[in-house]
Amino acid sequence: MPASLRELRQRRNSVSTTKKITRAMELIAASRIIKAQQRAQAAAPYARELTRAVSAVATYSEVDHPLTTESENPTRAAVLLITADRGLAGAYSSSVIKQGEGLTERLRQEGLEVAPYLVGRKAAAYYGFRKREVAGSWEGFSDSPSYAEARAIADTLLEAFATPAEEGGVDEIHIVYTRFVSMLTQRAEVIRLLPLEVVEGDGSADTGSEVYPLYEFEPDAETVLDELLPLYVASRIQYCLLQSAASELASRQRAMKSATDNAEQLIERLTREANQARQAEITQEISEIVGGAAALADAAESE
Amino acid sequence: MADPLHVEVVSADRAVWSGEAVSITARTTEGDLGILPGHSPVLAVLVPSGVEIATPEGHREVIAVDGGFVSCAQGRVSILSEYAALGGEIDAARARSELDDLLGRVDDHEPDEELQAAIARAQAQVKAAERGR
Repeated sequence: MPASLRELRQRRNSVSTTKKITRAMELIAASRIIKAQQRAQAAAPYARELTRAVSAVATYSEVDHPLTTESENPTRAAVLLITADRGLAGAYSSSVIKQGEGLTERLRQEGLEVAPYLVGRKAAAYYGFRKREVAGSWEGFSDSPSYAEARAIADTLLEAFATPAEEGGVDEIHIVYTRFVSMLTQRAEVIRLLPLEVVEGDGSADTGSEVYPLYEFEPDAETVLDELLPLYVASRIQYCLLQSAASELASRQRAMKSATDNAEQLIERLTREANQARQAEITQEISEIVGGAAALADAAESE
Repeated sequence: MADPLHVEVVSADRAVWSGEAVSITARTTEGDLGILPGHSPVLAVLVPSGVEIATPEGHREVIAVDGGFVSCAQGRVSILSEYAALGGEIDAARARSELDDLLGRVDDHEPDEELQAAIARAQAQVKAAERGR
């Protein structure tokens, strides 16, 4: 398409403005990832100690706790989707939503009713646009979640879990979050939060083969477990939130990096086209002048 | 004397304090619990209070906890609390005014569970801040 020189220059300017924005977002995301990783690391000792304590109680007591008991015929399940508040993060939110849809479908086939709980504006927007009913939603902290937020989510979910299914409670709780594997790989994953299966260490601790000493429980094993498990649930949710936050920032950084690269390519192409157009204009002007001069000269000669 | 205890105090988002200790005093639901080196394995539920840790150098650290746990086994003690804070880090005046503010709200109506927990937490902080000096 032959475009005028002015148009090409205008387009090049607008692309370079966009590039400045994407570049800035890339740098911001890159600097925040480090913070997010530090946070995830700072939370690790708590998760590790809590897992040790829960495992110790679980090993040495035969206490049945409501949070660990499977419902005989579950009828309702909660699904917690952890997505971003803001877009421009590549496929980050949409892959969580897609996983969530898959999980919802699977649970429906098992005959369960699904109650969605959402974290992040993107999931809320997706559900809102489709006018689906939402059991609970939180937003505004997707890239830097604090413990208080994890606790608030845990309290809501635990309350729903404690309520019988007939009265709007749930029998199972699943979480869809994005696991931060490395700067390049983040994977949307599904875990079942409740009923609880105590998992050793979240891959961060190697307590698997440890033999726990015979603890004395104060006041007694049941009360200790009663106190421990909600904390454990909150800590698992916090783990998921922190992983998701790091993943969100990493995907945003990658998306913005490729946007910047594309903008650079586009600018190069537009610059070349503009140069070509300029050159063509000059050539045309010269040939017009030369042609005109020749015509004048011919006219003068023939007279 | 047995080797000093190795203590770790962790809150939900960070490790608050870790080091050696010769004795620890914590308030559990059953009353005060003192832990000396060589204590038998125990796992106890804490109430909001100040946990006192005496180090081998003769210092005394006071840490405000809002419930949580203390677990002790094989010379290792870990204290877990959602919001633990070192006595030295707490601004005593601010903790005190927060407590007064909370207590002021009690007069208006019957304190609900949340408020009671908040008051207990503030009291623990004030105590830790005053003793930690």
